[in-house]
Amino acid sequence: MTDPKIPVTEDELHAYVDNELPAERRGDVEAWLAAHPEDGQRVQSWRAMAETLHARYDQVANEPVPKRLELERLVRPPRKWVYGAMAASLLAFIAGGGTGWVLHGATAKPSTFQSFTDDALDAHRLYVVEVRHPVEVPGSERAHLQQWLTKRCGWDVFAPELGATGLKLVGGRLLPGPNGPASFLMYESASGERFTVYTAKASTGTTQMRFTTQDKDGALFWTDRGVGYVVSGSSDRERLTQVARMVYDQTEKNGG
Amino acid sequence: MSAFRQSVEAMIPALRRYARALARDADIADDLVQDTLVRALRSERLFLGGDVRSWLYTILTNLNKNRRRSLARRPQFMPLSDNNPDASGTEAEGRDIARALATLVEEQRAVLLLVMLEGLSYREVADIQGVPIGTVMSRLARARAHVKAALEGERPALRRVK
Repeated sequence: MTDPKIPVTEDELHAYVDNELPAERRGDVEAWLAAHPEDGQRVQSWRAMAETLHARYDQVANEPVPKRLELERLVRPPRKWVYGAMAASLLAFIAGGGTGWVLHGATAKPSTFQSFTDDALDAHRLYVVEVRHPVEVPGSERAHLQQWLTKRCGWDVFAPELGATGLKLVGGRLLPGPNGPASFLMYESASGERFTVYTAKASTGTTQMRFTTQDKDGALFWTDRGVGYVVSGSSDRERLTQVARMVYDQTEKNGG
Repeated sequence: MSAFRQSVEAMIPALRRYARALARDADIADDLVQDTLVRALRSERLFLGGDVRSWLYTILTNLNKNRRRSLARRPQFMPLSDNNPDASGTEAEGRDIARALATLVEEQRAVLLLVMLEGLSYREVADIQGVPIGTVMSRLARARAHVKAALEGERPALRRVK
């Protein structure tokens, strides 16, 4: 067998292996490979390399898709809660009286409540499904966790004891908040139910508690002496209020 | 579910495979896939037909490039050893190929994986990386030579056996 008239190039060898070569040139390349065993050996090694790649990585494609990659979870739910918040302020406004001044600050800056609850619920949804790495510092290091978050955030971050409602501290992490750093604490019950407590600097001084739901998640928001709190968890309002009340009472005692 | 979402969903297994080979670490790989999906869903209305598959590979490839750029100033940590004494022959080979991939520069690794693992054409890879086809081919040639050398260098004992 004679060599084809035009010598085969390195690029053509690659194109041959990758099925990118024009059909009319394939015969030439095959003849060339038969006459040049070193090139034949290289082509063979590339094919073996492809097989090794598939042997190693095809299994990943066959694994069940992790929950956190399900499209349903990644699509943002519609923001029904904005209307809920408006209705709540309206109601409080009508109720008037002593609460009027408290709401004044909040209604003048509706973005506080909005961005806070939004950020907190985003963080809640993101980390609550985490099995392996839900927190940066585990609850077993409660003192260190509080100290670290207090130092980074600039206000007293206190991890309340929620044992009375069946919740144990999983741990916490530092997050970017709307106005600087935010602290994020996670609690879990024996049945796997998870609640999170999010705090960040707020521009409003003190407000009442506000309740909101997004899909299956509920959140209670309030601010106290310049720090905003969001307790997120079950959309069962009674359960959420019970937990939030306990967080409020304990931070009240320890705060400031 | 829309046809768009269905075609995105159908791509998740392949995206995970590509990301795992690209980023090596399983958690980082799934983070990349998650970010890719979030971006894709967010831009659903901006997607005016065309190939969803290429588009998703493009997003993931760019996200990984940005991630690596942000890591570039930090020292790179490589595991001292991920040897598993019980590994069978195929597992050992898988480990070697992962290690060989890790020694490639980013653009070469992406080309090699998109062509050899994901089966994309040179033209598609050129569009994904925004470079001429000639660049794709030279990256592929260099990547193959590098991986071949790395694989052969790592197991000299096997080659000396009579």
